[in-house]
Amino acid sequence: MKVRLVDIAHARSGDKGDTANVGLIAVEPRWYPIIDRYVTRSRVADHFAGMISGDVVRFELPNLFALNFLLHGALDGGGTLSLKTDAQGKVFSTALLRMTIDVPDDDARRLALPAAP
Amino acid sequence: MSRIVRVGAGQGFWGDWLEAPRRQVEGGPIDYLMLDYLAEVTMSILQKQKERDPAMGYARDFVGAMESVLGPVSAGKVRVIANAGGVNPPACAQAIKALAGRSGSRAGLRIGVVTGDDLLPRIDALVDAGHALANMDTGDPLETVRDRVLSANAYIGSEPIVDALRQGAQVVITGRSTDTALTMAPLRFEFGWAADDWNRLAAGIIAGHIIECGAQCSGGNCLYDWQSIPDLANVGYPIVEAAEDGSFAITKHAGTGGRVSVRTVTEQLVYEMGDPHSYITPDVIADFTSIRLAEDGPDRVRVFGITGAPPTDKLKVSIAYRAGFKAVGTLVYSWPDAVEKAELADRILRERLDRLDLRFDKIHTEFVGVSATHGRLAGQMADVPEVQFRIGVRGEDRAAVERFTREIAPLVLNGPPSVTGFAGGRPKVEEIVAYWPALIDKRVVTTAVEIVA
Repeated sequence: MKVRLVDIAHARSGDKGDTANVGLIAVEPRWYPIIDRYVTRSRVADHFAGMISGDVVRFELPNLFALNFLLHGALDGGGTLSLKTDAQGKVFSTALLRMTIDVPDDDARRLALPAAP
Repeated sequence: MSRIVRVGAGQGFWGDWLEAPRRQVEGGPIDYLMLDYLAEVTMSILQKQKERDPAMGYARDFVGAMESVLGPVSAGKVRVIANAGGVNPPACAQAIKALAGRSGSRAGLRIGVVTGDDLLPRIDALVDAGHALANMDTGDPLETVRDRVLSANAYIGSEPIVDALRQGAQVVITGRSTDTALTMAPLRFEFGWAADDWNRLAAGIIAGHIIECGAQCSGGNCLYDWQSIPDLANVGYPIVEAAEDGSFAITKHAGTGGRVSVRTVTEQLVYEMGDPHSYITPDVIADFTSIRLAEDGPDRVRVFGITGAPPTDKLKVSIAYRAGFKAVGTLVYSWPDAVEKAELADRILRERLDRLDLRFDKIHTEFVGVSATHGRLAGQMADVPEVQFRIGVRGEDRAAVERFTREIAPLVLNGPPSVTGFAGGRPKVEEIVAYWPALIDKRVVTTAVEIVA
């Protein structure tokens, strides 16, 4: 079943120099294993391909039911150097939430995941 | 029941809500008012102001904030801790002293001034002594930008703030203290936490991280269920209620708007996060993977279980340097074919810049309303009613950037049709002051505390 991240997670992003971070938080604690399993480092790197110039790094925070992604080279130099509207990476959070993941039907039903429209 | 110490946040950055400090002090009990004014590039702006006037170089908003809470502070009901000193904490202290004098409040407002973070006067000596101050991101030595450095400040920890409180300061003014130390220091002072009590110090740091952006943990900028967050016009700023064992609750005053929940707090916890296992501060390394959160009644979250580890032998240094010039111009194109018109304007403008032989380090185009923030992820959009064409340049040559600013307006009459939104006039050329993060040995940075009464 196709599931949109925007329906099962919330997020906040910020900056450190030319790196944006996105914290991705499962809306329900029981949905954390789903984002942990399907929102992989490489999946996120593909999602932002062409939009960032550096690597993606992923950290897990199971205690907060959250993942933290560092998107290097995301901010055109960052801070005051950047010419971007989103020079401080404030809405990379919602850009990540545009991702759709494929979850096996059984898991999706068991966890009552909302299906993508 | 063990003793509780309350620290309320009243500013999350320079420019935050002017009403917040007074509302925190008058809205219910707090023991400390914590005001965070400094972002990465704020120090360089303040340094420029100090160069023009040696009595400036601090966050002027702080004077107004102090005026709004002077009564309760003078009366000893609440103490204030602020990094409003910027690059000139002594001048900031004098301004507060003058304010207290003018207002005729009872004599004896004790102001603690923390100094020692400013490395600018010592920068050549430090480099000569072998401190490379290499850029933490690029590895380049400071030599490459040495002649363009505007300010250099070490991020200092809780120690001098604790010292000032011990000496009876009712107001503590620092320069480049870490944001989190402003909250951790009063807890360490009140509970007598030892300098190597890593778990408790880490708890204080994480309490500081949660409230350092003001209302961003109490309903402001919260994505989860944002439509249901009540009364943001009357938003309550966050308060830490801490216990001696390092556990604490995040809450806000009764009768205020916004929301404190596990979700609003979690969003703030992940904000600007790097490696969650090691959140490095001068005092302690905090482990964000140890944090436990629990709902503890309406607008109240309990935070516990936090662990920490000894810090490194380095301090982070915030260096600001001149890095060329930039300008950004915009025009708005309307339906029909708004995006195609804006794209043509972009091609025309770039061709003209090329023919003028203007060279820039970067030219950046965005179509606001279509793809500016989410790029291709936003997908194709049907015939939009309007789009903002936004183009920026940056480079070392000020004259080239100036010339660019003259090339936007002509498009209104000599470019694609249905264009508007140029009433703001020619774009402004801005000097870029960029951020250079570096590390330095802790032992070369010595802080000092002075009490001004």
